[in-house]
Amino acid sequence: MAGDGAGVKFTVRELGVRYGERLALRDVSMDIAEKKITALIGPSGCGKSTFLRCLNRMNDTISGARARGRILLDGADILAPGTDVVALRQRVGMVFQRPNPFPQSVFDNVAFGPRVLGLASGRLLASLVESGLRAADLWDEVKDGLAQDALALSLGQQQRLCIARTIAVAPEVILMDEPCSALDPISTLRVEELMRTLAARYTIVIVTHNMHQAARVSDFTGFFWIGEDQAGLLAEYGATAQVFTRPRDRRTEDYITGRFG
Amino acid sequence: MSGQDARHGQRRRRAGRLWVQRLGFLLLGLAAVVVVAPILVVVVGIVARGIGTVDWEFLSAMPRAGMKEGGILPAIVGTLLLTLGTALVAVPVGVGGAVYLAEYARDTAFTRAIRLAIVNLAGIPSIVYGLFGLGMFVLFLRFGTSILAGSLTLAIMTLPVVISTSEEALRAVPTEFRTVAASLGGTRWQGVRTVVLPQALPGIITGVLLGLLRAAGETAPILFTVAAFYLPQLPRSPLDQTMALPYHLYVISTQVPGMPAGVQNGTAFVLLALVLLLNFAAAWIRRHFRRRRPW
Repeated sequence: MAGDGAGVKFTVRELGVRYGERLALRDVSMDIAEKKITALIGPSGCGKSTFLRCLNRMNDTISGARARGRILLDGADILAPGTDVVALRQRVGMVFQRPNPFPQSVFDNVAFGPRVLGLASGRLLASLVESGLRAADLWDEVKDGLAQDALALSLGQQQRLCIARTIAVAPEVILMDEPCSALDPISTLRVEELMRTLAARYTIVIVTHNMHQAARVSDFTGFFWIGEDQAGLLAEYGATAQVFTRPRDRRTEDYITGRFG
Repeated sequence: MSGQDARHGQRRRRAGRLWVQRLGFLLLGLAAVVVVAPILVVVVGIVARGIGTVDWEFLSAMPRAGMKEGGILPAIVGTLLLTLGTALVAVPVGVGGAVYLAEYARDTAFTRAIRLAIVNLAGIPSIVYGLFGLGMFVLFLRFGTSILAGSLTLAIMTLPVVISTSEEALRAVPTEFRTVAASLGGTRWQGVRTVVLPQALPGIITGVLLGLLRAAGETAPILFTVAAFYLPQLPRSPLDQTMALPYHLYVISTQVPGMPAGVQNGTAFVLLALVLLLNFAAAWIRRHFRRRRPW
């Protein structure tokens, strides 16, 4: 299984997810390596975003969603009843598909997490905001305009701001749900470079529709597929180089070579 | 030959459709005039006949000589106090209720009953609120005819407007922001307080002002709960009675023989100006804040 040798951050076993009556994900087991980038690819509706949202229990916010199985984060089951979801989401942050800064100042956006968690105030907060913006490679562009409205930034800058906002709460894992699909190629490249830098300190799991992106940035790749019962499943999982050059599964090969369009 | 006929017929049909369109415009325009004209006539009439009476003394003096002379200060002060009292009760309760309905409540029989009650409350005639206030606040709770009882009555009448506009404003804030706030480790309340409420604020303020200006102009709810025919001094506590503009207007128009038309129209003018002022404030706030919103 992927992640052998390196530290394992998530251990997922027999994970199944239902939305009401509909089975969205069936029997997924995978280990996610610590401080590596794991890409999840596959056609629309294959359950990869659903899987991603299980890792910090964001599916809880969708009514009717239920998850079965086990997801161990550093050995502790986060699906267990009594899990502190708020604390979990501090450890496992998330960046969304569309850049979605709050309609507030740049500073307030990054300061949001530390403030609600009561991590810092005053000078300490300001330095947290700065280090978050530096880590997201945005500091030089906004340091003279921290009070400006975040919506005045370009889309690429907004997405890096969202990454800074996530980093500011000092997470261990960053989940990214198609973080570049709304961005132009140049902005996409910057975010990808940023991801490589961040992988030194954070475990990153990214859902992407862009096969080249998965091949460029990730260490491991999971390929999701839609089963005959319309439920998503994990068809193949391994080191990115292996999945893209010598796929074991026929469906993976057809998909990455573009035979499905 | 036949092609020419077809073209001819087409042109005739086109001319016919144009006439129908013109007739439609005319009828719609007439409808608009029918709606606006009476309002214009009333406003122009009141302003023309009332503005001559309105001077500093009229606004700042107590009534004299059986209210036929002097000013209407106690009525103005009374209406302002009642509006303030209404706001003090209706805003926290109404906005709180809206936050509960929009952010916390699930769709159950209980919340459906609440919504039904709100819709029905909005349709109740104001005199019924007045009688309810009399029974509940004045008699049962022994507040007497007082600013307290009047404000509570007006607040209950205003609540449906405040709740439904506030709930609307909260729902207009994209779900995404709540999700992001949760993904950063915020509790639901932290997300509502720091992200959702600030964005919904313009809509909420507009709703509150619209509700309040209705309350400021109502007569029936204050008839039995607070309004005084004539008081020689300003109210000193929430348990005092007070005069109020709408009721004063009713009194001097129907209950006092020989009342100068200037005083009647002047009073109506002041009430109208007060309500319009609130209305403009609501419109300004809405415009001012809308400009920044990308959605």
